[in-house]
Amino acid sequence: MTTIAELPPGFADKVLSAQSTFRSVMDAMARPGSVQRIVPGAGAPGAMMRGTAAIALTLFDHDTPLWLDARMAEGPDVLKWLKFHTGAPVVQDSSIASFALIGDGAALPALERFALGSSEYPDRSTTLILQVESLESGRPFELRGPGIDGTAMLQASIKPFDLFERLHLNEALFPRGIDVVLVADDAVVAIPRTTRVVSKGS
Amino acid sequence: MNAPAYNFAYLDEQTKRMIRRAILKAIAIPGYQVPFASREMPMPYGWGTGGVQVTAAILGPQDVLKVIDQGSDDTTNAISIRKFFAKTAGVATTTATEEATVIQTRHRIPEAALNESQVLVYQVPIPEPLRFLEPRETETRRMHALAEYGLMHVKLYEDIARFGHIATAYAYPVKVNARYVMDPSPTPKFDNPKMDNCPALQLFGAGREKRIYAIPPYTQVVSLDFEDHPFEPYRFNAPCALCAAENSYLDEIVTDDKGGRMFVCSDTDYCEGRQAAGHHGSLSAAPYKEKAQEASNG
Repeated sequence: MTTIAELPPGFADKVLSAQSTFRSVMDAMARPGSVQRIVPGAGAPGAMMRGTAAIALTLFDHDTPLWLDARMAEGPDVLKWLKFHTGAPVVQDSSIASFALIGDGAALPALERFALGSSEYPDRSTTLILQVESLESGRPFELRGPGIDGTAMLQASIKPFDLFERLHLNEALFPRGIDVVLVADDAVVAIPRTTRVVSKGS
Repeated sequence: MNAPAYNFAYLDEQTKRMIRRAILKAIAIPGYQVPFASREMPMPYGWGTGGVQVTAAILGPQDVLKVIDQGSDDTTNAISIRKFFAKTAGVATTTATEEATVIQTRHRIPEAALNESQVLVYQVPIPEPLRFLEPRETETRRMHALAEYGLMHVKLYEDIARFGHIATAYAYPVKVNARYVMDPSPTPKFDNPKMDNCPALQLFGAGREKRIYAIPPYTQVVSLDFEDHPFEPYRFNAPCALCAAENSYLDEIVTDDKGGRMFVCSDTDYCEGRQAAGHHGSLSAAPYKEKAQEASNG
């Protein structure tokens, strides 16, 4: 059993680490496809990457219901760490979650099972935080949309392989939709609901 | 920090998290007004509490902050907010647009082109562009949900019917990313074209009305108009009396009680930069003829 003392630490400097992590995520969201770095200032429990842990400490609190996939919920480490450091409630129903933490992208549930927001309040949607293998190498994706000057190239090794096909639902649903934050260790790429894939290699 | 009694940048961390989450949603849904739990700030509503909260949530020790009020770095509001953050966050401040990483603004966009490393934070009094046409929040929310913006076009049409041209001179409505109609805050319509395809991130904070919205970089922003009455930025037809700029937005300054007046750049940093570079204006108020299209200010 893990005691509090054995939990990986949170930010050494809560205020400034949260600020710099937020700016990385904000820049990622404002410039989809661009790879932003998070300066790791905290430990990471179990299946959680350093980048995911920093995002959790920056954005989660008692106001943000979380949904964890089976990989994240494996063993008590992640749950305990989140509970101790953020106080965010972990829910079983993915459709009421503010954030969903996905450790195993291959087992990502259908996106319709998350909150998509309503036409009146499209902001009441789940933000997916999806851990991936790499945001530097892998299949090339050509992205287009607000925040991108022309097109942006993203090279990434992502599971599920059909993530961008699934994200087509954002096109039909807009302004409702799902925003995705991809994390690979300390690298972050955001794919907000306005981003479209124009072409991809194999 | 000079004020250790306060958290960095004044706001507590829980508040910053809440604002940060709202900012991320705002960027993901360009032009949509995200409700947020606006806090009371140590300044009255109307003095930029929304902009201040957004700035406080994004500001870091590495940032260089510039604050302008109607283009000027030297007015009470701008100086107060600049000092507020110098005191509570210990950040460097500047009046030079090029040096700033975060620019908080009331009612202007700087003349100098913004770049990718900058964030422009607008102070917004009334974020809802449809509010004066439809006072009920439930209705304006539904109109945004359905992208039902006919009423706004009727308003612009009525301008044309009454005045012969679109008489909206500031807070001129724009459509962001071909979806949401948005209030650009009471900037003169002269500034509207600068919002389109801007390399900098633009964030909008309305404190009293509790809304945050955003325009991501490189996003299409179109000023509403009609084919036969296209959008036209308005500018007094005169050079700046101090720096002779022909393409900057001008303030009209009354100099005596005999009708004397002068036109000077509203952007003080731009004007000072030009004067330092050797440009000199007439310094006197010539009786320039204004464009026929002069708009009423209300």
